[in-house]
Amino acid sequence: MMLPAVVKRIFLVTGIMLVFLGGAMLLGVSMGSSGAGWVAIKESVSALNDPGSPLHSIIWKIRLPRVLLAALVGAVLSLGGLVFQALLRNPLAEPYILGISGGAAIGAIIGIMIGLTGLAGSWILAFAGGMTTLFIVLGIVSGATMMKKESLLLSGVMVNAFCSAVIMFLISLTMDARLHNIMFWLMGDLSSAGPREITWLAIAVLPCFLIVFRVSHAMNLLLMGRDMAHSMGVNVRLTTVGLLVLTSFMVSTTVAQVGLIAFVGLVVPHLLRLLLGPDHRELVPACIFGGAGYMVLCDLLARILPRHGEMPVGVITAMVGAPLFIYLLRRSSS
Amino acid sequence: MKPAISVENLAYAYPDGTHVLRGLDFNIAGGSFFIIIGPNGSGKTTLVKIIAGLIRPGQGRVDIMGEPLRAYSRRAIARRIAYVPQQTAMDFPFFVSDAVLFGRAPHLGAFGIESGEDRELARQAMAFTEVDHLAGRRIDQLSGGERQRVFIARAICQAPEIILLDEPTASLDIAHQLRVMDLMEKMKAEKGITVVMVSHDINLAAMYADALMLLQRGKLVAYGEPGDVLTYQTLEDTYGCRLLVDESPLGPMPRVTPVPGRYIL
Repeated sequence: MMLPAVVKRIFLVTGIMLVFLGGAMLLGVSMGSSGAGWVAIKESVSALNDPGSPLHSIIWKIRLPRVLLAALVGAVLSLGGLVFQALLRNPLAEPYILGISGGAAIGAIIGIMIGLTGLAGSWILAFAGGMTTLFIVLGIVSGATMMKKESLLLSGVMVNAFCSAVIMFLISLTMDARLHNIMFWLMGDLSSAGPREITWLAIAVLPCFLIVFRVSHAMNLLLMGRDMAHSMGVNVRLTTVGLLVLTSFMVSTTVAQVGLIAFVGLVVPHLLRLLLGPDHRELVPACIFGGAGYMVLCDLLARILPRHGEMPVGVITAMVGAPLFIYLLRRSSS
Repeated sequence: MKPAISVENLAYAYPDGTHVLRGLDFNIAGGSFFIIIGPNGSGKTTLVKIIAGLIRPGQGRVDIMGEPLRAYSRRAIARRIAYVPQQTAMDFPFFVSDAVLFGRAPHLGAFGIESGEDRELARQAMAFTEVDHLAGRRIDQLSGGERQRVFIARAICQAPEIILLDEPTASLDIAHQLRVMDLMEKMKAEKGITVVMVSHDINLAAMYADALMLLQRGKLVAYGEPGDVLTYQTLEDTYGCRLLVDESPLGPMPRVTPVPGRYIL
């Protein structure tokens, strides 16, 4: 059977990205603070056959869950960036820059403070926080200024600054032991989650991935303008609102789990768009698997670069992302 | 021929109460070239958007191919009517071939996957509007005239019975304006597509239109064959400036020449 050209390209892109993700995960589980480089990989491979060795349990109990979490988080944040860029027709939009991550973080912290236990409570509050900031940002720039790139970003930056202040305010109000790790969490903490949290996060976000892929062609049409998309049969309002809510949900649950990780949603979609062009039927799977691999690599760097302990993964992503953001901003305003 | 579009007592007002269209009644014959003219703010774009199903009319009835517009699903309208808006976003520029292929969207299945047949239709559409040599270029690298022909190819690829165009010749030079108009003429003649166009160029409209409609502040001033609509009394009253209307040197159709510096209040 002859497959349509688009399907072939989707399979090819997905295949390549899966190989990248697989490679990244292999590196991620075989290296760590105990060692990096070829020797570490060889030791890890031999430890796999030796259930008695300490490295064996490190790999299965510590590194693998963490690598899986990093992959999920990377996929969510990259896809989040891709969706926001398409819906707002702004190549600089990203969940963190738009303040949605910040809002979700406030929600999650309030959840911890009022003693909500379990995932559901903090997720719901994080989701509420993320949606609130999204509507505030969109409200500020509604109407004619909506499509002006700079005003959207500026509103996002301001809302973000406000969110950071609120977060610090909330933290200073409490000396809750559960918030002791908060400074780490503010720049992304992938070490906190156990298998249970990771499973729930996967259950929450994997259906979202499928839905986004299902409407990826509608996202293509939306890029040509709302009226044009509408005239080609796209339910513009349902698609837009649905995607905004869905993406905010994905990002919020992720933030509630791992904290604030910036710029991933900017770097990954931008690089993939350079490589693949603007067709979202390819970009959606590419962002999911490519973003997952990117985050696994960033997390690996965050684990092996410091001499002692580790650094928040947000340090790495911001050091890569912020310069790219400035470059894109310069290019788009020229 | 039965009307492709039939409009009855159509009215529309913005949410703040400003009337944009009031009490419009007209028919557009199937397979005809229908042009809507009128001063700025006369409601032309709104009317076209209502017919395209983009805006719901406040009151009145719009029938497309004999069936009420309300009864159509979004995709069903899209399979009958293609719409070329005044402006198209280009923040994420697609390749010409992809942009044209997007016209197949209302005919595709759930995941929006085009078949080889869809690609062939896109290729034919590009050949029809003579943009096949641009297939590998990005739409933001084209000139205004080329881009307009790409978007018309996109509309043709949609395989509609009716095509609606909102000022497709605006900001094009004379030769490119003629090319677009000739293309519409060819589409009507070869494919039997009903063409509905909003235009500011009265003379081009007079040359090509089978029927013309003149709108002013949302009301229908005149509607019929170009020779009947384009009289100096009607046009002067509608546009508020002095105009000279005589016969075109090209044949039996009116020619409109504006007289500088003479406004009617």
